[in-house]
Amino acid sequence: MTTKKAGASAPGREMTGAEMVIEALAEQGVEHIFGYPGGAVLPIYDALFQQSNRLQHVLVRHEQGAVHAAEGYARSTGKVGCVLVTSGPGATNAVTGLTDALCDSIPIVCITGQVPTHLIGNDAFQECDTVGITRPCTKYNYLVKNIADLPGVLHEAFHIAKSGRPGPVVVDIPKDIQFAKGIYSRPKENAHKGYKPKIKGDLDRIKAAIEMMQHAKRPLFYTGGGIINSGPEASKLLRELVKITGFPITSTLMGLGAFPASDPKWLGMLGMHGTWEANWAMHDCDLMVCIGARFDDRITGRLDAFAPHSRKIHVDIDPSSINKNVKVDLPIIGDCAHVLEDMVKLWRAGTVKPDKKALADWWTQIEKWRARKSLAYKSSKEVIKPQYAIQRLFELTKDREVYVTTEVGQHQMWAAQFFHFDQPNRWMTSGGLGTMGYGLPAAVGVQLAHPNALVVDIAGEASVQMTMQEMSTAVQYHLPIKIFILNNQYMGMVRQWQELLHGGRYSESYSHSLPDFVKLAEAYQAVGIRCDKPGELDAAIKEMINVKKPVIFDCVVDQSENCFPMIPSGRAHNEMLLGDAAESIDEAITEEGKVMV
Amino acid sequence: MANGTSTSHYPAAPSAQVIESHTLCVLVDNEPGVLARVIGLFSGRGYNIDSLTVSETEHQKHLSRITIVTRGTPMVIEQIKNQLERLVPIHRVIDMTVSGPAIQRELAMVKVRGKGDDRVEALRLADAFRARVIDAGTESFVFEITGASDKIESFIALMLPIGLVEVSRTGIVAIQRGPDGM
Repeated sequence: MTTKKAGASAPGREMTGAEMVIEALAEQGVEHIFGYPGGAVLPIYDALFQQSNRLQHVLVRHEQGAVHAAEGYARSTGKVGCVLVTSGPGATNAVTGLTDALCDSIPIVCITGQVPTHLIGNDAFQECDTVGITRPCTKYNYLVKNIADLPGVLHEAFHIAKSGRPGPVVVDIPKDIQFAKGIYSRPKENAHKGYKPKIKGDLDRIKAAIEMMQHAKRPLFYTGGGIINSGPEASKLLRELVKITGFPITSTLMGLGAFPASDPKWLGMLGMHGTWEANWAMHDCDLMVCIGARFDDRITGRLDAFAPHSRKIHVDIDPSSINKNVKVDLPIIGDCAHVLEDMVKLWRAGTVKPDKKALADWWTQIEKWRARKSLAYKSSKEVIKPQYAIQRLFELTKDREVYVTTEVGQHQMWAAQFFHFDQPNRWMTSGGLGTMGYGLPAAVGVQLAHPNALVVDIAGEASVQMTMQEMSTAVQYHLPIKIFILNNQYMGMVRQWQELLHGGRYSESYSHSLPDFVKLAEAYQAVGIRCDKPGELDAAIKEMINVKKPVIFDCVVDQSENCFPMIPSGRAHNEMLLGDAAESIDEAITEEGKVMV
Repeated sequence: MANGTSTSHYPAAPSAQVIESHTLCVLVDNEPGVLARVIGLFSGRGYNIDSLTVSETEHQKHLSRITIVTRGTPMVIEQIKNQLERLVPIHRVIDMTVSGPAIQRELAMVKVRGKGDDRVEALRLADAFRARVIDAGTESFVFEITGASDKIESFIALMLPIGLVEVSRTGIVAIQRGPDGM
């Protein structure tokens, strides 16, 4: 970087690079930063020590945990999550979290220490090519080699992280730059003039969309995480639009909560483990209105049989999401909230009306699909069914301010199916990257942002061990997170696929030598609860809620339960498998489907 | 794709589609790592690069111009353009293959070794191709030739039997015809 970067700026104050970091973060409204100290970042930690409570630092136990905690914080507040780690292993440990944030479009600013500039490239102690390693897993990254660039870079990093399609930004600061003195002032403009995300949708195209919606006989809203990222206003407008049009609505895993699950227009989640009604509606619709979703392979299934009779409208802030997997008829580039606002205005103007008669027929069909009750499972009095555990957890917590994070696997899908959200920003899960170990540290971040809320990590016994060390963080900062483990002693989703695809040869998917989770909780000075009887579950969950400390809840569930409905890979939406079809599952996936995973 | 016949109106699977060659001009902030971002995007997403040329073209604004020749289906070419455009230091991406008439040129330096009649023949062909002699010795010439890639290919092919030693090429640069800039 060169000095040309800084825009015209007001006269500033002299300070060190490390002090500039604190100053810029405070100016950006950052209250909490998740991190772990180390040699190359000591000057910033010293500045943190000397600052007067403008920032609270949260000491994690592993840098991956720092990024996931910042993600949880960001997703539950809509603010930018902040991370501070050292060079070398500090930066490489953060890479999983950064990639996770990139896949799920979460705004993160991650500051990494670097060896002094004169040592860069010399294989110095704890040196790694941080900008090289993080280039493909960040929205943007910087190596700051000149103190004069630092204020501009720090502020631009926040701008890039939160604007447009949000994402993680890394600022790599060599140790000598942290010590160097320079003039700090907040630049009036950003250095990258070419970076201008398009926010307003093209009005003619929005009008064309309304026209298509007006004439649709079997329309469907297919919404995603873009609505959540766009802010609470977008969710409000979406509700309004669904009310005006009377169209059914489904959502991706990432979009849960943008539309209330308690509303009759809600068809549940779609995709690989989506509901019968949502997937059939996708398959049979004649107009698909996709808002802030990206036609991911978990959603589309077999591409050449994806919604074969539909025309498609796609609203997205990122032009590269358009026509990437599925060719659409009407793309609208813009922020969801802005486009939804224009759509609602046009509908409200009253000159257009939905086709009520056709819609009534469409709803009749949808209700037939819904009557199939695709989430049904065989209940048991002897063993806790995982679906039942989540249903009870939902019923016993739904009247509270509750936030849910998850790990990755069967429990995540059951949580998406059986825990219902009526508000955005309440559901934090690793969607794109599918990072096991996401939920526990994410819960730490969520609880920090919402100290009085109930924060539950719905976990599996395998995933949770990947970042278990963050229990120590939760205890240190008195964050009463609840780790609700559906313990089936298997990497359940791996086992399910081995059952489907590999002749039931459960290669390495058994959770051997599990710790005693109750004792483990106690070792962390948290509270451990175990429950293995359906009749005792409610009391145990109530006990968990009432404990004002972090809890590990070992919910011992049916070992062999599989997650349905399911679209086997390589199949279309109308080729879904249901729970009671489980016996014939071996024949369900074709040879071609096997390679798709 | 998996079993069954398609009842879809979507384009067929990419392998069945026409592969096109496109020339993209990319205007970028000239900052450290910007080229790595561009080529990392190509390698990371499995796109092809047939030719790549980079140089700072506007020193005052620190802007560089990258010319990339790439291949892909129309859907992939559209993706490449969109993916490039969302990189932070990128200002504009123009597809020279679709944006109207454009001129594409390449420069090559061609070293040829030979004696007697071969030298005469090399010079005669160079003259026909408007190649200039930029180095001459008793046993060799270095020719400089500018033009469209196929012209350079033809020249190199003719030099081969005479005594081609080596070739250094710039890769393609492109500009649109007419009064307007990108």
